[in-house]
Amino acid sequence: MGAYILRRLAYGIAVVMGVLFLLFVLFFAVTNPDDIARKALGDKVPPSVIEVWKANHGYDRPLWPWQDWRENLLFDHYRRMLGFDFGLSDADDSPILERIRSGIGPSLSLTVPLLVLSLLASIPLSLVVAFFRETYIDRMGVLLCVLAMSVSMLLYIIGAQFLVGKVLRWFPISGYDSDPLLLPRFLAMPLLVGVVSGIGSEVRFYRTAFIEESTRDFVRTARAKGASEARIMTRHVLRNALIPILTQVVMSIPFLFMGSILLESFFGIPGLGGITFDAIQANDFSTLRTMVFIGSLLFVLGQILTDLSYGLVDPRVRFER
Amino acid sequence: MTVEPYVVSNGAVVVLLAGAVFLGRAVRRNRLWREAAASLWRRRRLALCVIAVYATIALLDSIAWKGGVPAEAVGVLPGAPHSVIDRLFLDSAEASYSAPFADVEFYGGKPLRHPGGHPLGTDIIGRDVLHLALKGARVALLIGGVTSLIAIPLALLFGVGAGYFGGRFDDFVFFLISTLASMPGLLLLIALVMAMGRGTLSVCVALGVTSWVGFCRLSRAETLKLRELDYVQSARVLGVSEPGIIVRHILPNLVHLIVITFVLMFSGLVLSEAVLAWLGIGVDGSWGQMIDGARNELSREPIVWWNIAAAGAALFTLILSVNAVGDAVRDVLDPRTRGEGA
Repeated sequence: MGAYILRRLAYGIAVVMGVLFLLFVLFFAVTNPDDIARKALGDKVPPSVIEVWKANHGYDRPLWPWQDWRENLLFDHYRRMLGFDFGLSDADDSPILERIRSGIGPSLSLTVPLLVLSLLASIPLSLVVAFFRETYIDRMGVLLCVLAMSVSMLLYIIGAQFLVGKVLRWFPISGYDSDPLLLPRFLAMPLLVGVVSGIGSEVRFYRTAFIEESTRDFVRTARAKGASEARIMTRHVLRNALIPILTQVVMSIPFLFMGSILLESFFGIPGLGGITFDAIQANDFSTLRTMVFIGSLLFVLGQILTDLSYGLVDPRVRFER
Repeated sequence: MTVEPYVVSNGAVVVLLAGAVFLGRAVRRNRLWREAAASLWRRRRLALCVIAVYATIALLDSIAWKGGVPAEAVGVLPGAPHSVIDRLFLDSAEASYSAPFADVEFYGGKPLRHPGGHPLGTDIIGRDVLHLALKGARVALLIGGVTSLIAIPLALLFGVGAGYFGGRFDDFVFFLISTLASMPGLLLLIALVMAMGRGTLSVCVALGVTSWVGFCRLSRAETLKLRELDYVQSARVLGVSEPGIIVRHILPNLVHLIVITFVLMFSGLVLSEAVLAWLGIGVDGSWGQMIDGARNELSREPIVWWNIAAAGAALFTLILSVNAVGDAVRDVLDPRTRGEGA
């Protein structure tokens, strides 16, 4: 077990190193610091101003180690990212770490309820659809799922803002307030859109999981012993199908911190997704690469945790190879 | 010497048509593929017809030539190449918004140049919305097609190579896949487009890089399985070269997976482009851009609804048809789900 954890951790670290290298290639070698400076300052500034800006943002060094072994951007990039010293935004010179800290709260206030609500909506629905498999209810359910999956997320958001926000005037069209009394009003519409837009693919995925589980031998045994269909669905099928579903949920937990770019930017929620959106609009490369790095870090951590928790939950998993 | 884009586009149409004829003959020659195609046609007749209509529009919009523009046409560059679709709408420009089949402008009520001549109305600078919606078909199919053309060969190269040769190369590919998979998809997509600059090709390359990982895993696993089969082993014993084994015995057994992946990937790619359009890094002329522009139009008084309705309906119909066909393709071709019913 110990050796497995060590090996898993080492691989995770290697992957993070790989991600950092890819980011370096994208944001230093492909889009070099001169491009970034020019996008931040405009095309007409004199070269001296660009040099000063590059010095302020730590871009005033050669790219690769073979150009200068001690002072180069590649090592600098690794040193700063791994030390969580993300520096200043390329667009407005604000410290990136501060903004990320302030964005985690709003992001979590959106994504955690969203995850819970979508699970509460889609698991019962898919159980019902799987219960009536091979009947018209099942056919209709699958058809509705495909219909719901075929609508662009943009249309869901614009449609909800128009219908719920403008015509019916139930909730504000966009905005955010961390006051716990006002917060639900602002979060209602993004949550609604998030649940509805995801429900099609989720119900279909869970339905497949349930149906696969219901062809197992233990289900046949339970049926032969005279258990009712409802009892089979809840006690035998649901319980066993929960293993893959829970895996997926655990894997998605790290991404809760990243928020949702689409929902946050449309509904004006100042979370990490909103920060990312602003970074794209402002050509803010340093914020963008920080966000990618944090996302990958969270993903790798989540995967390691999932793998380890598998061993604790499922007695069939052995760690020796 | 630089080749003008419209010449490339015309050439691509010829290549595509030739490819379609070749594929059709190949399918007809093989009994299993013929039966699969017939079964697909029986199940999803309507969806296949819809896709054929979209493809026809896209092809007609890809055949372009210069000249032949009437002198009195407003807002049309006479020297620029125009496609067949463009030529149906050569003299359709108005000054501003007009509702479907309207006789006057939407705001102000000035008379139109073509009263009742715009079945889907016109946009803010007076372009015919039907024209724009039709042109979006080419952009959507281009995104899905070019991206698949990048992603699937890449995935096959790495996946089959890793699965067949194993060892160091397998380790390398697996590391590459884990690295790419650990970066959040949309963020990596954005980072790639931002780094490569905005434009159709860079969007396609970015979508390709972010979408090949899944199929690479699949083809690697499948190759690992195929490599150990008796007929592959006997081919090796008989002295068939390694490239020969891959081409003759491995790749043909992956074709059904390629077809399934292509169809299932397609709708996701087109939908991703719509998201990119909202972020301001999409492809010019896509439905995503039309929908993105509609945010402001819906807040006008009275609202301009036909633009988003046209783009949204066009996008939805295409995605729905492709999704429906994708399910059927999987049922028909995947031996694990065959006979399970729709």
